[in-house]
Amino acid sequence: MDQRGQARLDEFLGALLFAGMILALYMAFLQAPREKTMGDLQRIFYFHVSSGITGLTAFAVNFAASVMYLVRRNRWWDHVALSSAELGVMFLSIVLVTGPIWAKPVWFVWWTWSPRLTSSLVLWMLYVAYLLVRNYVLDPDRRALVSAVFGIVAFVDAPIVWFSIRWWRDIHPAPMLETGGLSPSMRPAFYTCWAVFQILFIYLLRRRFFLEASRQEVEWLQRRADMVS
Amino acid sequence: MPAKVWTIFRKDLLIELRTKDSLNAMIFFGIVVLVIFNFALEAIRESIRAAVPGVLWVSFAFSGTLGLNRMFAAEKENSCLQGLLMVPVDRGIIYLGKMIAACVVIFVFSLIFFNLTVWREIPYVVLVCLVGTLGFTAVGALLSAIAANTKMREVLLPLILFPVVLPILVNAVEATAIILNTVDYRQLKLPLTIMTVFTIVFATLAYLLFEYVLED
Repeated sequence: MDQRGQARLDEFLGALLFAGMILALYMAFLQAPREKTMGDLQRIFYFHVSSGITGLTAFAVNFAASVMYLVRRNRWWDHVALSSAELGVMFLSIVLVTGPIWAKPVWFVWWTWSPRLTSSLVLWMLYVAYLLVRNYVLDPDRRALVSAVFGIVAFVDAPIVWFSIRWWRDIHPAPMLETGGLSPSMRPAFYTCWAVFQILFIYLLRRRFFLEASRQEVEWLQRRADMVS
Repeated sequence: MPAKVWTIFRKDLLIELRTKDSLNAMIFFGIVVLVIFNFALEAIRESIRAAVPGVLWVSFAFSGTLGLNRMFAAEKENSCLQGLLMVPVDRGIIYLGKMIAACVVIFVFSLIFFNLTVWREIPYVVLVCLVGTLGFTAVGALLSAIAANTKMREVLLPLILFPVVLPILVNAVEATAIILNTVDYRQLKLPLTIMTVFTIVFATLAYLLFEYVLED
């Protein structure tokens, strides 16, 4: 697709996102019923879980892009890896902020070291570390290579972290969708939020990707200009 | 292959034996950390036994990072890394040799260190130390090479290493607590299994990925 086509697609996604966000807000705040015990507080669930799933998607994309970079050595994949890692950290930050907001009134504490919470925090730290590694390697080729290796290590580590602390008692609600605990009347709102967050991810991923591509091009041109002068 | 690994292992260990850079620094640093903990935990002096596993493994992780930092810093100093890369062996071999050497050094350190505190349970402590050190260095050797690529080597290593080795540290603390507090050593099976799985997974992964990290 040429540049103009890409810009068109971005515009389309942006418009879709705008409409979707309004719909998601409507569904989560007005259409979905009030929860019996927690009341309106439960509505944060729609955004908390949606960003959680989207964050995990982003890390999976980062892993795939890291592997692809090692195989293909195409800078394209490195841009994808960087963009998805940043977005993953962002979505997981949303999870780590909305979680305590919900937990304080329900559990009476902001934070507790339960396995699910701990492993989410560790996952967040792993990808912050990934971004740190990227920051401190100067040469772009080295940076792409080294961070691809770390991206793979981080993604492989995540399930082990989860299993290694799993036997502790967990007070976090069990995943609602697997156990079928989510009332059918709440499902439309949840699926809408989930879908909109995925579109948000794709939209931001594309924008971040093109930004990084332009940035590296400028960097490259600057170096050439330095060499000439 | 074992002969090649042995050569690199022997080289690293010889350097360590002659300079004693890492071991001295690690032991002294370990003692310093313990002294600080002694003051930090003053308030819970009565129940200090419960804090022992955590204190020991935190000191282990801090000191171990010192050892890992030296591993590639020493190679970079006199451009020895170039020489090492010119050796006609698979890069994975270099990883294995260096990893085992670091493992021996850190293991020796951890034994001195852990035996200062516990006497009766020595065989079990040795086992947990060994598996813990293996897991720690399996990841550590790879991440040390990654950190050596950056401009902030010594600062960066703990930042990227601790989140990744968390499963090892958590389970090592758990295992040490079991040794200190119970007579039922069968409970050790679970943490030891997780640590072993972790070690195998990351040793394999690092063996495969090491060549990318050292590439010129």
